[in-house]
Amino acid sequence: MEKPSPISKFELNAEHGRALFRAMLTSRMLEAKLSSLYKAGKIVGGVYLGKGQEALSASLGICLKQGRDVFAPLIRDQAGRTAMGEEIIEVTRTYLGSVEGPMRGRDGNIHRGRPKDGMLAMISHLGAAVSVVAGALMAKRLRGTLAGVVGATCVGDGATSTGAFHEGLNVVAVEKLPMVVVIANNQYAYSTPTQSQFACENLIDRALGYGLVGHSVDGTDMLACAEVLGEAVARARRGEGPQLVEAKLLRLSGHGEHDDASYVSEVMRESHAGRDCMEVARAQMLEKGWHSGSEIADLEAEVSEQIVAAVAMAQKENVPNPYTEDWCAIASAIGRTSVESELCL
Amino acid sequence: MPVTYIDAIREAQLYLLETDPDVFLYGQDIGEFGGAFKATKGLQERFPGRVKDAPISEDAMIGVAVGAAIEGMKPIVEMQFADFSSIAFNQIVNQAATHYYRTGVSIPLTVRMPSGGTPGSGPFHSQSMESIYAHYPGIVVVTPATVADAYSMLIESVQCPDPVVYCEHKFLYRWLKAEDFKGDGLPIGKARITRSGKHATVVAYSAMVHEAVRAADILQREGGWEIEVVDLRSVKPMDTDTIIASVARTGRLLALGEAFPWGGVSAEVVSRVVAEGFHLLDAPPMRLNAKDTPVPYHPKLWAAHRPTPESVCVALRQLLAY
Repeated sequence: MEKPSPISKFELNAEHGRALFRAMLTSRMLEAKLSSLYKAGKIVGGVYLGKGQEALSASLGICLKQGRDVFAPLIRDQAGRTAMGEEIIEVTRTYLGSVEGPMRGRDGNIHRGRPKDGMLAMISHLGAAVSVVAGALMAKRLRGTLAGVVGATCVGDGATSTGAFHEGLNVVAVEKLPMVVVIANNQYAYSTPTQSQFACENLIDRALGYGLVGHSVDGTDMLACAEVLGEAVARARRGEGPQLVEAKLLRLSGHGEHDDASYVSEVMRESHAGRDCMEVARAQMLEKGWHSGSEIADLEAEVSEQIVAAVAMAQKENVPNPYTEDWCAIASAIGRTSVESELCL
Repeated sequence: MPVTYIDAIREAQLYLLETDPDVFLYGQDIGEFGGAFKATKGLQERFPGRVKDAPISEDAMIGVAVGAAIEGMKPIVEMQFADFSSIAFNQIVNQAATHYYRTGVSIPLTVRMPSGGTPGSGPFHSQSMESIYAHYPGIVVVTPATVADAYSMLIESVQCPDPVVYCEHKFLYRWLKAEDFKGDGLPIGKARITRSGKHATVVAYSAMVHEAVRAADILQREGGWEIEVVDLRSVKPMDTDTIIASVARTGRLLALGEAFPWGGVSAEVVSRVVAEGFHLLDAPPMRLNAKDTPVPYHPKLWAAHRPTPESVCVALRQLLAY
């Protein structure tokens, strides 16, 4: 087993910032393309955007590595997925139903993953992934491969009201797992505002109750997110136990692209939480001197080309064929040799 | 010295822990305490770290097991009572059961569910949940009725790459005894002719197999009736071939189960026989289940809520008289 190097305090540098910004930009541009494809009728089902949450999500994902860490992203984590290393083609294949994609048309849109690489495939039931990540980490501990590994998952403010979130978070704390749970408090669960969702002042106040280390961050501020998430992940990796992060921000889209978010008030849109993290990040990159304006323009051109290519490729690929589909949900010979499988036909 | 059904469950887990480093046990009070029914007695001492106590969080217990299974482990989760698996329902049917179909990564998870009624256990410690889980694609559901099956099917369940709901009947735990754990080697998916006969077929599973055999004994003495008893062993997959072959011999079917009467395993048995073997029937097929109320507390009510040898006999006499 490879011995992990000692993990020191997180330090934000230009390289980290550039990788983070690139993931944010890729996510924003990719999702804009997905939205267009949806509105043009090219994507069936739903399209769910992480617009406004890229800084937070990417700040987590950039600290995680496929094949080492475990990440259970939720519906607004395109930026985090990209930052962790998900290829654009994985996204376009899943949204367009290509059989070459990880879900082969059996599941779609943001319900995708590569579980064996540590990128879990979400189900729609909120809070349900917290314990699953915990279990993956517990398995690594049993096998003696946990050192240097971090598990992470993201939820919204709505998921904090579920029993699964509570049970999961409690297990994470009881087992003292190297895990980071991020709450993107984006003010609405679909259309339900936070005052109808919970009654505590700040969700992060719950960290103490669970026995977790808590962090709050301005989710619209890329540099702040990079610092806080970088530190939270580093602390978990160093063996300082599970970390809970609450970020305040605003979802800058509907719940899905079918939703016009008319329930979001003008006051909320104009508030600090309503700032566009992409605009803040752009200014921060320039101010830090980590990118020049022309470098950002070049980056946009490069990413745009990648997206166009990934859409074109996925569109050329086969979609699933119901006549050759095996229609079997069971991996074992038990299911395949019985009358059960004949009935499947 | 005879061994019991619960001994078989404990010994099977011991064997699995000894022989497969990927196996671990997770559940409430299963560690030092040895479990509510002592199915894990002494196992934590022998395998520290691999027999883990869980908080009272059924949802998280299955979530943890799914995460571990994705990593290639073979978790065995003990639900303290099958009834409490309702809390874990989402993780079982949506997380575990869909995973292989969606991602191609199978979930070798076994959920042990202490099932069925015992006198005085009441509405929340008596339920039979097999039909609920069998309804969902992606889950194997087994219901051992013998000591040997309790042993071999638990081992087979854990070795199966899919999520398995293993329904162990609490009434059989200490009541059912055998000389040893040796069985006939039937795999999951194959039913067994527990008692052969030619006048009527009773298809049963779990503890009801024994009630069916008792009823068959009564009718044998009463009028020389030869009742065939088919033990399904696994309700999903269901061995339709063995059921149909039995009905072909007898021409009469009684589908028997301890679960609630709406839908469920006995309804599935009848529907398969009617759809695939209608021409074999000499009488309308019958069903006998528990009553359509919560499982009552008082032993007198409980004894009449579930099918008994007497009520099975009543049904069979009607079936034979048609």
